[in-house]
Amino acid sequence: MPIKTEPVEVNIGPQHPSTHGVFRMVAKIDGERIVDVRMVVGYLHRSMEKLAEERTYTQNIPFTDRMDYLAAMTGNLGYCLSVEKLAGIEVPERAQYLRVIFSELQRIASHCMATGAFINDCGAWQTPVMYCFRDREKVLDLFEMTCGARLTTNYMRIGGVAFDIPDEFLPALDKLVNDELPRAFEEYDQLLVGNEIIMMRARDVGVVSPELAINASLSGPMLRSAGIAWDIRKADPYCVYDHMKFDIPIGYNGDAYDRMVIRIEEMKQSLRIIRQAMHDLPDGPHKTDVPLALRPPPGEAYSRVESPKGELGFYVVSDGGPAPYRWHVRAPSLINLSVLREMTVGQTIADAIVTLGSIDINVGELDR
Amino acid sequence: MPTLGLITGYWFDIRDLSNLSRKIYELLGDAGAPDWLIWVLSALLGTLGIISFIGAVAIVNIWVERRVVGRMQSRLGPNRLGPFGLLQPVADAIKLMQKEVLQPASAPGLIFSAAPILFTVPGIALMAVLPWGRNMTLADLDVGVLYILGMSSLAALSVFMAGYSSNSKYSLFGAMRVIAMLVSYEIPIVVALLGVVLFAGTMNLQGIVLFQETYWAPMVLLQPLAFLVYFFSVSAELNRTPADIAEAESEIVGGYHTEYSGMKFGLFYAAELINAVAVSAIIATLFLGGWWMYKLDELVPGWMIYIGKIYAVYFLFVWTRGTLPRFRIDQLLNFAWKWLTPMALINVIVVAAEVLVWEESGWSAGFFVPLYIAINNLLAGALVVLFVRVLAPKFQRFPVRPRFAPEIDVPSLPAPPLMGEPRTDLPASGAYPI
Repeated sequence: MPIKTEPVEVNIGPQHPSTHGVFRMVAKIDGERIVDVRMVVGYLHRSMEKLAEERTYTQNIPFTDRMDYLAAMTGNLGYCLSVEKLAGIEVPERAQYLRVIFSELQRIASHCMATGAFINDCGAWQTPVMYCFRDREKVLDLFEMTCGARLTTNYMRIGGVAFDIPDEFLPALDKLVNDELPRAFEEYDQLLVGNEIIMMRARDVGVVSPELAINASLSGPMLRSAGIAWDIRKADPYCVYDHMKFDIPIGYNGDAYDRMVIRIEEMKQSLRIIRQAMHDLPDGPHKTDVPLALRPPPGEAYSRVESPKGELGFYVVSDGGPAPYRWHVRAPSLINLSVLREMTVGQTIADAIVTLGSIDINVGELDR
Repeated sequence: MPTLGLITGYWFDIRDLSNLSRKIYELLGDAGAPDWLIWVLSALLGTLGIISFIGAVAIVNIWVERRVVGRMQSRLGPNRLGPFGLLQPVADAIKLMQKEVLQPASAPGLIFSAAPILFTVPGIALMAVLPWGRNMTLADLDVGVLYILGMSSLAALSVFMAGYSSNSKYSLFGAMRVIAMLVSYEIPIVVALLGVVLFAGTMNLQGIVLFQETYWAPMVLLQPLAFLVYFFSVSAELNRTPADIAEAESEIVGGYHTEYSGMKFGLFYAAELINAVAVSAIIATLFLGGWWMYKLDELVPGWMIYIGKIYAVYFLFVWTRGTLPRFRIDQLLNFAWKWLTPMALINVIVVAAEVLVWEESGWSAGFFVPLYIAINNLLAGALVVLFVRVLAPKFQRFPVRPRFAPEIDVPSLPAPPLMGEPRTDLPASGAYPI
């Protein structure tokens, strides 16, 4: 006699150890297999885009910290770039180099977190995440040295950066990029890249085809894992990225393993960029003077940066007043997450968790 | 050591605690106590000793595990409470006892409450047959290995009770996974231990230790394959990473103990540590020689050597837990059926032939034991290499490192089907194997 079975609906989240915040995934499962996935977002919606219409352009910078709180620097930078484009503000060269240095440091910090959390989702009982945190802490120490904050840095300003770097910053950065982080990444290479269990868990899990990746307008490591060499830093260079030499790591299969190794390789490329920027760092002012109540001419501007998660775009519309008329954020977390159903259906629950971890979402940015 | 030899046999000789109990029985017998009273008292005395050992182990191991894993994770571990954080487990226990014990309204109360209690039983009951020293065994069962196998599978049943009675989907997942694991991993465990029993010629644990003492060869040298198979299988049965799929925290929250709180959860937590120690003790007895260690057991009390070996094995469990990611359930079951079971079966066939040759030829053990150690180690190495390098599924279709593109390069690709459409390429409901 055949046993009658029926699919069961299981809530993964909003309170679940590995949803990276308060994301909810309603999975319909048949045994261990996932038949369908419904995504529910909005638990962390703080209405930032609306709130920004009540505040001046400078007062909006802290909102961008709190969107992707694991990559506050790139959030600041993207917003400042869009306002500078709108108001036609020139940024001193030293500030541009400092912006590059800090966004690349932020990329390292964010990718450390993403790699550690991904392996944690694979079930490695907190060990890799502690090692990744160890390296992230060193980067955050540099942030603290420069702007006093570790997580919500609020460092970039319209027209430059908030503070010049202190005297002890460059020696500390030199030690970090030339000694500590290369050794740490070598450790990742030995322990994680090619690890048999991680291979078993992550290869062919959460596969994104190149067609799907382009069609769903994915960006960042998600897009590059599918084998498409696309990077805003090269495609639409901002700051001084057109002077920097670096390569784009791309994957073969578009699976979770590819995304993990791409993040590790991107961190090494970031070190390359930081070394070049340190070498070329010019003297001069670190910001131009911008009126506190900036009134850009009426118009609109969109600018995008390569945040650790992907293409982070800011669309600002001005009506000539001191506050933006409309502010929209193209959050890579949300758009990268949109293919979750395509990636997980047909796989097991364990695979779905690994897939979700490999997307590297940040719910603060996803819900804004 | 003549000076040490002098005190042998006295009640205060700590090298063998059986002297003390024998003295008590003699005193009781001289005082005219009836036989049944002596029996009951001896049973109580031994049980008291074992239970107090287990209580100490549960407290100490929380500290050991957290400290050791802390070191492995590049942090300090608990170090605030007492010297080296030694009082941390006590604080944990007090906290757990104070917590409110919640129970889902739809859970059958008796089964739900009985599960954590029953879960602690097998680990404690296992300890009864262990040989702590030359004369130190509480229950000297002739079928000790069989008793161990039966007891260690009982834990899975109480886990199933907990998961099934919680009336939660995550718990149900944990319960089903435990049953799948039990069905798969019992076989390699039993077959691996069969090799040991064949060599020793007895199922008595004391007898197996004496066999290793007689031929001066710990079973791990004679039976490396059985050791590997047993070690991997029990780490799967113990729910420890890389095989903790029954309580996989990142997937199904807590598995079978998702709905437990307070001291009921504490019992699960403590019993898991006790089970880990019990299994370490079995490995130390069967494979590492128990209380015997070449000539060292004449100087150091046997039970101290034994506890040292138990903790050496326990360290291996902590080490794997602190190092490895988790397998998926189908990979874990594949591992049991396709790798461990064949390896254990090959081992049994080889051992049976070796024992037969040994007994029939009548040559001395001094010839056979080194020969078999060499043969079995070579066989184990060859089989492991064969399974890992040749028969293992290949995950390296692609290079392990990514490619590098110096410039952006976006190919023009056809548009795929619209997202959000129902998938048609998937099997019907119930068609999946798991």
